[in-house]
Amino acid sequence: MRRLKDLIENRLSRRSVLTGTAAAAMLATAGAFAPSLAQDVNTTGLAVTDDTVTVGILHSVTGTMAISETGSVQAEKLAIEQINAMGGVLGRKIEYIQEDGASDWPTFAEKAKKLLVNDKVAAVFGCWTSASRKAVLPVFEQYNGMLYYPTFYEGLEQSPNVIYTGQEATQQIIAGIDWVAKEKGAKSFYLLGSDYIWPRTSNKIARKHIEKLGLKVVGEEYYPLGHTQFNSVINKIKLKKPDVIYAIVVGGSNVAFYKQLKAAGIDMTKEKPVLLTISVTEDEIRGIGGENIEGAYAAMKYFQSLDNENNKEFVKAFKEMWGDDIVIGDVTQAAYLGPWLWKAAVEKAGSFDIDKVRLASPGIELTTAPEGYVRIHENHHLWSKTRIGLAKTDGQYDLVYETEELMEPDPFPEGYQ
Amino acid sequence: MFADYTWTELGSIFAMQGFAGLILFSVFVLMALGLAIIFGQMGVINMAHGEFMILGAYVTYLCSNFVQAYIPSLFGIYFFFAMALAFVAAGALGALVEWALIRHLYKRPLDTLLATWGLSLILQQAYRSIFGAREVGVSLPNWLLGSVPLTDIIEIPINGIFVMVLTLVIAIGVYFLLFRSRMGMQTRAVVQNRVMAGAVGINTEKVDRNTFALGCGIAGIAGSAFTMIGSTGPTAGQLYIVDTFLIVVFGGAASLLGTIASSFAISQAQSTMEFFLSGSMAKVLTLLTVVGILMLRPEGLFSLKMRR
Repeated sequence: MRRLKDLIENRLSRRSVLTGTAAAAMLATAGAFAPSLAQDVNTTGLAVTDDTVTVGILHSVTGTMAISETGSVQAEKLAIEQINAMGGVLGRKIEYIQEDGASDWPTFAEKAKKLLVNDKVAAVFGCWTSASRKAVLPVFEQYNGMLYYPTFYEGLEQSPNVIYTGQEATQQIIAGIDWVAKEKGAKSFYLLGSDYIWPRTSNKIARKHIEKLGLKVVGEEYYPLGHTQFNSVINKIKLKKPDVIYAIVVGGSNVAFYKQLKAAGIDMTKEKPVLLTISVTEDEIRGIGGENIEGAYAAMKYFQSLDNENNKEFVKAFKEMWGDDIVIGDVTQAAYLGPWLWKAAVEKAGSFDIDKVRLASPGIELTTAPEGYVRIHENHHLWSKTRIGLAKTDGQYDLVYETEELMEPDPFPEGYQ
Repeated sequence: MFADYTWTELGSIFAMQGFAGLILFSVFVLMALGLAIIFGQMGVINMAHGEFMILGAYVTYLCSNFVQAYIPSLFGIYFFFAMALAFVAAGALGALVEWALIRHLYKRPLDTLLATWGLSLILQQAYRSIFGAREVGVSLPNWLLGSVPLTDIIEIPINGIFVMVLTLVIAIGVYFLLFRSRMGMQTRAVVQNRVMAGAVGINTEKVDRNTFALGCGIAGIAGSAFTMIGSTGPTAGQLYIVDTFLIVVFGGAASLLGTIASSFAISQAQSTMEFFLSGSMAKVLTLLTVVGILMLRPEGLFSLKMRR
């Protein structure tokens, strides 16, 4: 009995395969105008037809992280729409399937698997926190997918299945500390952060670099995520009188920290202390309030106020699509790069196959990036400039410095661990 | 540990830390008073307490935008209207929730945990749909920002003083309402013996609704005040809920005085330890101490002696 059943199923599936091939062949003849046949540019069974290619967007649009990830979703959709308006990728319009990670790491892994296994997407743009990336990483490596990850993060990772479009820690930190030491004559630093891997790893790198420069760390401290009372640490800062408060506070804590800092009479518009952060983008300032963070400096690669043609067009298009009162932060811009970098790699490879796209990726450059020029490094991170911005009351940053050269991404920095 | 500092600096440390502790104390009391009424007096485990606070915060946000846009001359004092409105809005929602949900569950107090937790999820998503997932910034009048410098080092944040005064006013108000008014007497009667209270002619349903609304309204005021020191976002209420329950349970659920005493103990312990240890360690030690004490005294610091 069992055998018979197997036999029937086998025959059935063989037949459907046969009809499938026939249909594809017919389609191929019909689609003679298409620049290349689907089976030529897609040998591994991805969701590519003669005129469409399907990608995935995987972010949290519900739960705590929705605050941060909304901008990334918007940027990725904008990029996809623009690419489609230009004729798509290898002549194929991009269609996307959006999944909600719901701020829950196992959900991210499950949805990633769904996108790769059921939907056979050609690339995924997504994740925000390191925790969500770590959760989907085994899925992407097992099913050989391609993830474009937008957030600046702590480094110490390099996967063949991920392109990191945000900065890794050394790019953000070293340039910032060099600048504050040179331009502001800073001698002493107070390191502060939320208590999880990114702030801790970043401060570790910062401390090593500060000590390398012969300067002093007078305090280092972490508070649980979601902490809302910072009066004690503010008192400590007042006593230690550091030249620089180096703050990597995230989420709702951010708002509490800056409001209380201001209320405690630490005026960041004065000469000292200088507040330097790597965690507050224009997005976060909306919650904090410009008047509470005026005078602080941020070290990252993109500010909405950047004055160049690419960025003007990007900001204009973004506002047209998502409304005038929107702000664009560093990660949002990095998320925007994802689809473009993928398109460039696919076209260089002449194929959607993950392995070919991966091989084609290093060396891909983007001259149209809002932040200026970026290039993919061998290690799958981006060469990019680091910039220092001065926070203003209107919630925007004024660019005060940018590195002359592109900073080399160095996810495993020697001597910093 | 103290060797790096001079005596004047040490004096300032203690003064400032004492004050930081007092601010934390006021914040805790403000946070917990509403819950002490709902959980302590009525026995309803209100997991949506944080969301009622955030409703107050959003009302304040709307008020600040409205006043800035239409009557900027009143911006300096809008905060008082905002708090009153926050009280009304959160109280009204509380009354609605009591009518639709809670009153069916008085005989099953543990189920209120699940029901109100579901409610908190619904409210969070509602805020997210209405106000957007991002945090909103509430602008404050200038007189509430900044600080009063006492010496070179000691500076007292004005919003800290504001929260302290507000807490005092509300605590006294709640005291009079519960222990010196007719409504309070009825409330306490219903809490102690629902059937008897009904038998002597108290409208227990009305008392329940008012008490629940009062607790929610106070949460609304707390949320409104916390726009000065914290964030306003759909899930910001979650930041407060654990501390709030901790305080109420530690103080002895049925005792308002216990809530105040436990706020004081926890805030002072936390702020002192935060100064000498790191922030995360301070939290760990505080929680451990509380757990230890609750093991020895499961009924909390203060307990009412009554015949069951």
